[in-house]
Order: sequence, then C-alpha cells, then structure tokens
Amino acid sequence: MKKWNTINKSTRNNIITIGVIVVIYAVCQLMIAAGAMSNLMQGLLVPLCYYSILAISLNLTVGILGELSLGHAGFMCVGAFAGAFFSKSTQNGIGSSFVGFLIALLLGAIAAALFGALIGVVVLRLRGDYLAIVTLAFGEIIKNVINVLYIGLDGKGFHFSMKDSEALNLEENGTIIINGAKGITGTPKHTTFTIAALLLIAAYLIISNLIHSRSGRAIQAIRDNRIAAESVGIDITGFKLLAFTLSAAMAGVAGVLYSHNISTLVATPKNFGYNMSIMILVFVVLGGIGNIRGSIIAAVILTLLPEYLRFLQDYRMLIYAIVLIVIMIFNWNPTCIAWRKNHSLRDILHSLTGKNKKEA
Amino acid sequence: MSFISYLIKGISLGSVYSIIALGYTMVYGIAKMLNFAHGDVIMVGGYVIFTVMSMIGLNPFVAVLLSIILCTLLGITIERVAYKPLRSASSLAVLITAIGVSYLLQNLALLIFGADTKSFTSIIAVPALKLADGRLTISGETLVTIPLCILIMVLLTVFVKRSKTGRSMQAVSEDKAAAVLMGINVNKTIAITFAIGSSLAAVASVLMFSAYPSLTSTSGSMPGIKAFVAAVFGGIGSIPGAMLGGILLGVIEILGRAYISSQLADAIVFLILIIVLLVKPTGILGKKIQEKV
Repeated sequence: MKKWNTINKSTRNNIITIGVIVVIYAVCQLMIAAGAMSNLMQGLLVPLCYYSILAISLNLTVGILGELSLGHAGFMCVGAFAGAFFSKSTQNGIGSSFVGFLIALLLGAIAAALFGALIGVVVLRLRGDYLAIVTLAFGEIIKNVINVLYIGLDGKGFHFSMKDSEALNLEENGTIIINGAKGITGTPKHTTFTIAALLLIAAYLIISNLIHSRSGRAIQAIRDNRIAAESVGIDITGFKLLAFTLSAAMAGVAGVLYSHNISTLVATPKNFGYNMSIMILVFVVLGGIGNIRGSIIAAVILTLLPEYLRFLQDYRMLIYAIVLIVIMIFNWNPTCIAWRKNHSLRDILHSLTGKNKKEA
Repeated sequence: MSFISYLIKGISLGSVYSIIALGYTMVYGIAKMLNFAHGDVIMVGGYVIFTVMSMIGLNPFVAVLLSIILCTLLGITIERVAYKPLRSASSLAVLITAIGVSYLLQNLALLIFGADTKSFTSIIAVPALKLADGRLTISGETLVTIPLCILIMVLLTVFVKRSKTGRSMQAVSEDKAAAVLMGINVNKTIAITFAIGSSLAAVASVLMFSAYPSLTSTSGSMPGIKAFVAAVFGGIGSIPGAMLGGILLGVIEILGRAYISSQLADAIVFLILIIVLLVKPTGILGKKIQEKV
C-alpha cells in the first residue's frame, strides 16, 4: 500500500469517489440484466445522475464561490430547451444520432453558460446578496418567456413568434418546434444511464480538478476574504464569473439529460420552478456546503427516500425548509459550534475506547 | 385618457410596492441582511384576513387589526428564532436561513389552506371616482392606497429622524459596535425593525389583495421580489428611496403590461434591475458605502 500513500490526497479522493460511482453503476447494470430491479428504480437511475450533476454544480457556486444562486433550475431549463430544440429541429438528420446528442449536450451547456455569464457580468462585480435575488427572478422569468415562445421550421428556415402558433406563418410541410406552453414534443430519448453516469463522473472530475487548481484556490480565496484576495492581485470578477458560468453550464448539461429522458418537454413551475432550485439547494446544504462528494450522496438519498416514503410526500417541501434552517443554525450558531466541539463524535469514540482499554 | 388611467393604476401599484420595499430596506439597512421571508409575510397577512372574514365573519377592521398584530408577532418570531442565532455568521448562512424561512411559510400555508386559489373580497368600501364625464375612473382601492402610502412614509421618516428608537436604529445601521458602546440595545432595535417591517407588510397585504384578489401560498413571493427590486432601484437602506423606487417600478410595470406585453411585464421589471445594477448599483438615492479594511 506504499504506492497508494504516495498519491496525493485529492487524487486519492477522486479515485475513491469515481470507484464508488463505477461500482454502483456496475451493480445497477447487473441488476437490470438479472431482472432484479423494479421499474420504479430503473426509471430513477437517470434522474439520480442529473440531480447529482445539478447538486455538484450548484455546490460550485454556493460552496466554492460562496455566492447563493436561486435560479439553478432556470439554467437547467435553458439547457433543456436548447438541447431539445437542436435535437427536434435536426430530427431527420444528425439529431437522431449519437453525435447529434453530443452536439445537443454541448449546445445546452453553451446556452446555459451564456445566460450565466450575462447575469454574472452584471451582478458578480457587486458586493452584497444581489446574485440570489437576480437568479431567483431569472429562474421565474425564463419559464414565462419560454411559455410564450413559438418557433417553427419549414422550407424557408426558422420562424419566430411570441403570440401563437398561427402567427408563425408556416408552410404546409413545416413543423412547430417550440409550441409555447405546450413546449417541445417528441424529443428523441437519447439519455441512457451509461451516458448520464459518464457525465456525472466528468462533472465531478472537472469540479474537483478546478478546486485544486490555481484558479480554484483563487476562487476560494475570494470566498474567504475578498479584500485580501484583491490585494494580492486576484481578478475578483473574472474568477467569480468563471466559477458561476461553469456552474450554469453544468446545470445546462443536466437539463439536456433531463429533456432527452422524457418525451414532452414543458416549462412548468414543477420541473423548472423555484421549488426545484430550492430542492437542489437542499441537496447542497444537507451534503455539506463545499463538499462535492456530500452533494452527490445527499442528492441520491433525497431522491430515493421520498419514493419509498410516499406517505411523507405532502410534507416533503416542509421538511426541506426545516432542514435548511436547522442545518444552518446548527452549523453557524456560536453556541452550537461550542457544543459540537465538546460533543464531537471523535471525542466520544476516543473516550469509549479509552474506557474499554482501562477495563481490559 | 387611457394613458392617465394606466399611470394612476401604476402609481397605486407602486405605492404598494414601496410599502413592502420599506420593510426590505429598513431590515437591510440595520441587520445587513436580505429578509427573503418578507414577501411571504404579506401572504400570511392575506390569509389571516381571509380566514377571519370569510370563516369567522368578523368586521373588516377587526380583521385588518388582527392581521397587523399577527404579522408583527410573526416578524419578531422569525427574527428571534431564525436570524438572531446567526448574527455573527457569514452572510451566505443567513441568506440560506432566510430562504428556508420563506419556503417554510409558503409550504405551511399550502398545507393549511390547500393549493386552490382563494378569492379575496375587497375590504376597501370606497366608491370609485369618475372624472371627465366617466372617461376616467379611479378605483376606490387607488383612492385609499396612494394617500395611505404617503402618510406611512411621512410617519416613518419622522419616527426614524426624531424618536429615540428611530435614532438608535440609525446608529445601529451606521456602526453596530459603536452603537453597543453608546448603550443601545442592538437586539431590541433589530427586533423593532422587524416588527415595523412586518406590520407594514400586513398593511401592504390589505391594499394588494383588495386590488388583486387572488390569494395562493406563493402570491407573496413575486411582489416581494419586485419590492426588493424597488428598494435597490431607489437605493437600498434609504426610506425615501424605497418610496421613489416603488412608485417608478409600479408605473413601469403597468405601462409595460399595457403597451408592450402582459406576459413579459415581469421580464421588463427584471431588466430594469439589471440596468440599475449596471449603471448605478447604489440606486437613485443610495449612498456610496466606504469600505473599511
């Protein structure tokens, strides 16, 4: 094991996490092949992956950058529609192939990153809690805009309208791609568990490498002390923008996975609304702010648990709210911090083992 | 004529925004935190009046009074339970807690009152005013809202400038540590600020739901966001700024709804926030904050 110890710590952690993901993936595939997995569970495999991607990407903003984004579902929405738009409009050509799906993923990421950068350029140069409110407003408004957006395709090219599908003036053979509140129907179902799991691993690697890179250390320095970071010459806005845009792009990728996992893509408060953004935030807070691995674990647990505890369905959001408040107070209240120091698990274990030794 | 009627409607809506924005701006000025739950206090106020009037059948004045008292108590409780333990914590922690409180209020209301939209009966029994041979109608709600907003604004300014509590609020917002040394009870001052903000939210809920009578568990959040935008627009921390920002925002929203697009009205408001942050982040009447290292 000497060799294992010489590998640097972050690489070791990466290997462990990816190893665990791969093992879980293999077990799931074996169970599917053996027919031992219920349909419910099989249907959850892809959502587990994109929720995990959403959670770790939000953790980049909240945990590493130290800013609060409440519009993560909005970026997911942008990615989902951009990706589905591409797949649907090139359905008879490249869009139906694997390469087409890769392009859709890329487009979704770029579209979400673009919106992230637009918001970031304006807001991130300011101090204060503006990002939270602007992203919250963005998340709410992007849904409204998509619900009045009509795009059609015919021989002459694309037609846009913000009124109704009649106003598109399509030729007879034209197809409506985005049909306002009815969304995009007939997106090819490209997302598979394998692709989703691979993207989760990729997202994990990108974020964990970023954290341990020069840029990542700069971002964390800004989080911990903005003034000190500025005075050693760190480009505050630039690095903040980098982290926030990357986070938005990953949410976009998760959105593409989502849109290619269902057949009808509609922007509703349920899938891309405030509740979704809060749910992702709960994954991050419960998993530990700044802890990437924790986010994945929390996302998996909180996605699986409600499926098995159906009777809690009505109280789910209420419990999320309480989780947010209680964890924050437990983590940050001076009294609680002191209490945790005196009652840490390690101390209790030590005192237990100490006693055992004495008795022996 | 229609332009003038839109303008008046806009000022009326803007007055409601400015009353809500006062709550944001005072709390932000004193506790240096963004109280996300402020918008949801409006929703609670609406439900209290709705319950008292339609289920118990009491007089509207009793209902309004009860709503103001309950919202004030709610504001103080929220501060005491959720924000006070985190006074020394990072702003991110406080912000997430505030989101938690907002989400908690929304979902409690959802569980208690259900997901269906309740229709709120207007309790402002002032007849509409018809001007220019009936071509211009000003609703009773507007006739009450605008003068009430001006009254609140004047009273609040006098209170903050002249009273002892008001002065201690100014002191706490200026420098918390120095205020403590001067013998000001910071915790009490912050609690009073929350109480005033929440009681104003209750007043705003009466005005808002009388004019826009649909009540759901989330109907406080969008006005809350817009009021925050109004507070930023006018200069956060400034009382006249909240008033000015609120009225400008209300007018822009109604005009945008009327002349540009009704579905995009919210997007227009959001765009204004972006422009304000881009051009003058401290708002119209805001002071530039000197940063001490």
